[in-house]
Amino acid sequence: MDVKNTPRYLYWLFCQFELITCSYLMEPWEKVLFYSFNLAMLGLLLYTTYVCVAFQASSAFQLLCSFLGNPREDALPVLK
Amino acid sequence: INHIIHNGGLYKRPFNEAFEETPMLVAVLTYVGYGVLTLFGYLRDFMRQWKIEKCQNATEREEQKDFVPLYQDFENFYNRNLYMRIRDSWNRPICSVPGAKVDMMERVSHDYNWTFTYTGRVIKDIINMGSYNYLGFAQKTGPCQEAAAKVLSQYGAGVCSTRQEMGNLDKHEELEKLVARFLGVESAMAYGMGFATNSMNIPALVGKGCLILSDELNHASLVLGARLSGATIRIFKHNNMQSLEKLLKDAIVHGQPRTRRPWKKILILVEGIYSMEGSIVRLPEVIALKKKYKSYLYLDEAHSIGALGPSGRGVVDYFGLNPEDVDVMMGTFTKSFGAAGGYIGGKKELIDYLRTYSHSAAYATSMSPPVVEQIITSVKCIMGEDGTTIGEARVQQLAENTRYFRRRLKEMGFIIYGNEDSPVVPLMLYMPAKIGAFGREMLKRNIGVVVVGFPATPIIESRARFCLSAAHTKEMLDTALKEINEVGDLLQLKYSRRRLVPLLDRPFDETTYEETED
Repeated sequence: MDVKNTPRYLYWLFCQFELITCSYLMEPWEKVLFYSFNLAMLGLLLYTTYVCVAFQASSAFQLLCSFLGNPREDALPVLK
Repeated sequence: INHIIHNGGLYKRPFNEAFEETPMLVAVLTYVGYGVLTLFGYLRDFMRQWKIEKCQNATEREEQKDFVPLYQDFENFYNRNLYMRIRDSWNRPICSVPGAKVDMMERVSHDYNWTFTYTGRVIKDIINMGSYNYLGFAQKTGPCQEAAAKVLSQYGAGVCSTRQEMGNLDKHEELEKLVARFLGVESAMAYGMGFATNSMNIPALVGKGCLILSDELNHASLVLGARLSGATIRIFKHNNMQSLEKLLKDAIVHGQPRTRRPWKKILILVEGIYSMEGSIVRLPEVIALKKKYKSYLYLDEAHSIGALGPSGRGVVDYFGLNPEDVDVMMGTFTKSFGAAGGYIGGKKELIDYLRTYSHSAAYATSMSPPVVEQIITSVKCIMGEDGTTIGEARVQQLAENTRYFRRRLKEMGFIIYGNEDSPVVPLMLYMPAKIGAFGREMLKRNIGVVVVGFPATPIIESRARFCLSAAHTKEMLDTALKEINEVGDLLQLKYSRRRLVPLLDRPFDETTYEETED
């Protein structure tokens, strides 16, 4: 990974994003609106993913622990 | 592929036409782009209506706001919100002769393309890939220009009359005899405007009770002429002979819609080269169908006259057919002859009829004498009658340029539509932002191109159209190709998924198999 070219490559990727979503053609205030909307959506998506995945991962991990480690009495009703 | 004979030996040479399919991802992303722009268009329209933003386009007056709205349809929405954003790629003012290189006046816009101001600077020597200058006759020096200047000093510029009144000069008679000889027909007539030739003469040839079979992608002048005539119009799929044959069979079998009487005339309207696709009409098959079903053929050679064929006589010459098989041969002098105007050629009775009954002959001003002289000199040059081989050399140069340019672009990986031999080269862009970006980037690199978007093409298939010229030298084409390659990499335009192996310069033999790799 070339350190000099990575920022250039990222800029080129950003230009492709601009061309595909036509934000290349927008006026500056429209760009601000569009990017803030996109970032808000992205942030919401990441947060939902984090919460969802974290919840599932923690409950799956607990179940796994109950198989491998000491079997607990209150885990058995869960299995049945 | 190249040595299989199709269609029972009607074609004497291979007919290579390709329209690569739009990649699915590109189509989806194009729709995404249009969706975003549409949403922003609605937002801007809302702001303009509620006076949050200044309204710079045409609207009704305050008193007329309760009337039927004038600017609510899709065309006007597209115009206000999408076309305005990329408008600087069109209507660029040039200030020199549009030869192989052209000078352009620089303009900037400070309010996002609503108004333009000229900086006063002139951008010099832009490689011109957009002018219809197929044989390079758009020159300001040379025999054509000298002859035209002499005629200008003899006859003046204006004619001040129509052909039927006092406007029939001896120059017009000379031109018409020459054009008839050039095409190989009995007689020809010339008009002042190519668009008017089509739209004013088709109504004179067909009327109610006749059937017009028109190609899907015909030019606006043909469509307008067909609609003005009042005949029934049926459309067949682009260059698709099965579709045409089916329509002809239905027409002969069923006749007119209500009364079932036979049609008075069946006229097939096709073009020699379709300028938005770069495809060439399948003329041998059309003529075979026409003869079988006893209909008439109207061939519009606007882009193909002078540009195709071993001696430059158009698509009939390219396929090696008899010009007398085509009933009405129409063409324009704008593209390959460096002048303006159109002509119709055919049998003597047909042309004499048109001289009397055509609207264009009766009402349109006749062609200006210097323009007529330019056409006469350029036609003589192409035919070789001026004693030099310049015309022949130009026709050959154009064919070479076409083959070279198309092959190089395909090798680079762009999607190019059309026939291998057509000098019109459409390069697919698809996404709306890339239309504007391509035009601007090429101008920055001193190359002038024409980009085409929605009303002229289907909404997702926007393209850049290159028109090759015999005046382009190989160095100019190489420079242009290098810049196109660079811009293609910058904008990610190399969509083609079929990489053609570079053609080896040897005849096809049994040891090579597929020439394409998927």
